[in-house]
Amino acid sequence: MAIAGVAKPTEAELKEYSAEAQAWFKENTVRDPGFMLPLTFMEVSTDQQFDFLREWQCKVYEAGYLGASWPKKYGGGGLHPDYQRAATRAMKDHDAPIMINAIGIGWAGPLLLDIGSEEQKQKYIKGMLNAEDIWCQGFSEPEHGSDLGNAQLKAVRDGDEYVLNGSKIWTSLGDRAKYMILLARTSNNEGDSKYAGLSFFLNPMNVPGIETRPIKKLTGEYGFVQCFFTDARIPAEGLMGGEGDGWKIAMKTLEYERGAKVNLAGGYFLKELDVMGIVDVARRSLRGGRPVLDDPVMRDQLVEYMIDIQAQNLNNYRRRMPPLVQDRPMGLPLMSKLARTEMIRELTEFSLQFQGAKAGYYVGDNNAVDDGYWHRAYLNSFSATIGGGTSQVQKNIVAEHVLGLPKGR
Amino acid sequence: MKNLGTIGFSEEQVELMDVATSFCRDKSPMEKVRALMEDARGYDPDIWQEIADLGWLAIAVPEQHEGVGLSLAEVVPIMEQMGRHLLAGPFMATTLAAQALVAGGSETQKSAWLPQIASGTIATLALTEKEGDWNFNNVTAKAEASGGGYALSGTKQFVTYAEDTKLIIASVMLDSAVRLVLIERSTIADGALRREAIIDETKRSFELTLDGISVDAGAVMDADMSKAALAHVDLAANLLQSAEMCGGTQAVIDYTLDYLRTRKQFGKVIGEYQALKHPITDAYVAYEKARSHMFSAAHSFADQGRGEVATRMAKAAADKAYSHAADRAIQFHGGFGFTHDCDAQLYRRNAIWNASQFGDAAWQRMKLADLLF
Ligand SMILES: Cc1cc2nc3c(=O)[nH]c(=O)nc-3n(C[C@H](O)[C@H](O)[C@H](O)COP(=O)(O)OP(=O)(O)OC[C@H]3O[C@@H](n4cnc5c(N)ncnc54)[C@H](O)[C@@H]3O)c2cc1C
Ligand SMILES: Cc1cc2nc3c(=O)[nH]c(=O)nc-3n(C[C@H](O)[C@H](O)[C@H](O)COP(=O)(O)OP(=O)(O)OC[C@H]3O[C@@H](n4cnc5c(N)ncnc54)[C@H](O)[C@@H]3O)c2cc1C
Repeated sequence: MAIAGVAKPTEAELKEYSAEAQAWFKENTVRDPGFMLPLTFMEVSTDQQFDFLREWQCKVYEAGYLGASWPKKYGGGGLHPDYQRAATRAMKDHDAPIMINAIGIGWAGPLLLDIGSEEQKQKYIKGMLNAEDIWCQGFSEPEHGSDLGNAQLKAVRDGDEYVLNGSKIWTSLGDRAKYMILLARTSNNEGDSKYAGLSFFLNPMNVPGIETRPIKKLTGEYGFVQCFFTDARIPAEGLMGGEGDGWKIAMKTLEYERGAKVNLAGGYFLKELDVMGIVDVARRSLRGGRPVLDDPVMRDQLVEYMIDIQAQNLNNYRRRMPPLVQDRPMGLPLMSKLARTEMIRELTEFSLQFQGAKAGYYVGDNNAVDDGYWHRAYLNSFSATIGGGTSQVQKNIVAEHVLGLPKGR
Repeated sequence: MKNLGTIGFSEEQVELMDVATSFCRDKSPMEKVRALMEDARGYDPDIWQEIADLGWLAIAVPEQHEGVGLSLAEVVPIMEQMGRHLLAGPFMATTLAAQALVAGGSETQKSAWLPQIASGTIATLALTEKEGDWNFNNVTAKAEASGGGYALSGTKQFVTYAEDTKLIIASVMLDSAVRLVLIERSTIADGALRREAIIDETKRSFELTLDGISVDAGAVMDADMSKAALAHVDLAANLLQSAEMCGGTQAVIDYTLDYLRTRKQFGKVIGEYQALKHPITDAYVAYEKARSHMFSAAHSFADQGRGEVATRMAKAAADKAYSHAADRAIQFHGGFGFTHDCDAQLYRRNAIWNASQFGDAAWQRMKLADLLF
């Protein structure tokens, strides 16, 4: 995307920058801090993990490799997006840990840069980038998850404030966040106009009347919470757009996430699965006295996954090549979450089949293959097939928005 | 993973994609496809001539042999659109025969045949035998020295469009090595060709009895060159098939979507039912994956190592996507799906045909396992 006043680098400039970034990540990436590093921002469980990732993000930012293409006056690097892309490439190449402040730099930040006021940009952007201010997302409610348009948490205007009552759930990093992007109901529309009653807020978490309760995940770890709002008062300037614009803005944030139209801060919030790691497990594991990799059935299945993984990688390149996506330009972007997350779920599940009786171990036992990494990865893979809109909902989206099928009633 | 394909495109590829998209749509509407299924020849010679005039047969033929000197990557978008519209004709057969010559022919053989083929002379391959083995090194047909040339014997199957070709390139054993041999159609007696009943009614295929055919010494390719040509043709075929299959997958999905958007049962358009909506979405997702592989195979084809991995992945992905999409297409058309009138069966049969020739998905995966691990 072209940004006024920001020059596209020459090939030589980009090459030099890229080499510096590569060298920096080579030098500074810690792969084994002595505890398991989360693969996604939804998996941050312990203080140790949290502190580590927060410091890591800050360090990357201070080195200039995060927000490199965001405006300088708000704390960004003021460079052309090509620079940030090169920096993100370097992170990937060195298998660097994730950026923890996903909701901040991936959702709220682009939103503020897009439609925020000058004061909001001054106030929030830098703290997102250096991970000083962690953000969370308050969309889902106990009674309304997939049916997000029916969210019921009430926001009532009272002078310069809104008074909030209700509950949000499955809020990742909800107990560690300073701010929340919040979808709340400001009027009681029902049926098809349910969307018109929703408003979008930047919500400070540190106010009386907001409480969080950690929820234990299927892995036995923590990472998300339920938030209770009881007559919580927040400043009215947190309202984005006007009352009733909430749904439209929430959908906008989804577009940022898909990276279609915006200048992204860079980095990633979900780690690529170590696919070769799975081949390696297959090579190390025995089945009937022979390496799993020599078993024709397992080999065949593994190749099938390799083909699938390669397809996802190719899709990511192809979606940026207009002549190769003429027929349905929105197809690849809208299917990518579905395809990727389901593939990871299946693949991690498959990796358990290599392990023979040892598939019965779990994290914490010394005999577990790779310290239980694969078990944990499989159980955690559901975070992405459920969170951010379930796979079934993603299928509806692709069917309706790409294939032109009717909405179910 | 080693040797993975990359993706990209050439300007020529995009131009050809645009031209082929409208050409195949205009020249091969479904009524025409159906009419040609009943026709003995199985394709329209006028359209074949137009294809030749467009220069599509010359694309991957070197310039010194009066070709355009591009690569198979530029043939891929054409094949894709042909598959999408089930455009009948010996395009794949002729292109593959030309590739066999390009990869294995002597200078004399190339200059005798490539210019002709580039301008529209039909040619074909005769590689398969009665075991239906996809390993084309397993050959029982024979060439034996006789007079100044060779006497051929044995039987070849799935020789597509053999009736109308001018040149058939067959694999035979000679001195315990596989050789490719150039047989002129004019030397083949009428009784030596038998039309086969094949699953895909939009195509034509023949069994060829070699007994009684003889060729002169210059018609046989050198042993090493034959080997190289066979390996090249195997991959070229899979590349082009992955394109034909991607085109077919797109078409069968679109065809089914039309039905899901219009057919009503229980007071609702059936596309509202997730029992149909979700599987067709799965089919679409698989199609897009296969299409990415197709572009990757086209782009990487000429790269040593990468080309083979990318091509085999493309064929495997296309087979999986096409077979599934066309299978569901029959089911989702209900009672109509069970009829010959419903186009779903055309695509299903086309998918089976393409899987059956040069190796299906499982065969490609077996080859890939050895290449990847
Ligand atoms: C690890 C994790 C982290 C999360 N983090 C956050 C967060 O930070 N902030 C936040 O707001 N939310 C978060 N979520 C919540 C997530 O967005 C919701 O769980 C999700 O949208 C599904 O809603 P639900 O749980 O109410 O399930 P339901 O909507 O009740 O779904 C139950 C089942 O029904 C299916 N279903 C529902 N509707 C349809 C339909 N129309 N067609 C077909 N099938 C349907 C679903 O696919 C699912 O399988 C997180 C979830 C997880 C697992
Ligand atoms: C070989 C054969 C023999 C037959 N013999 C007879 C016979 O002797 N007597 C007779 O009366 N009929 C007969 N039929 C007709 C048969 O019963 C119908 O074809 C069948 O009930 C489907 O109806 P339809 O063709 O109208 O398809 P549709 O109902 O239009 O179905 C189209 C597609 O939509 C799906 N679909 C429809 N409704 C739903 C829903 N609510 N939820 C999810 N998916 C849905 C179907 O599964 C199908 O995939 C025969 C059919 C065949 C194929």
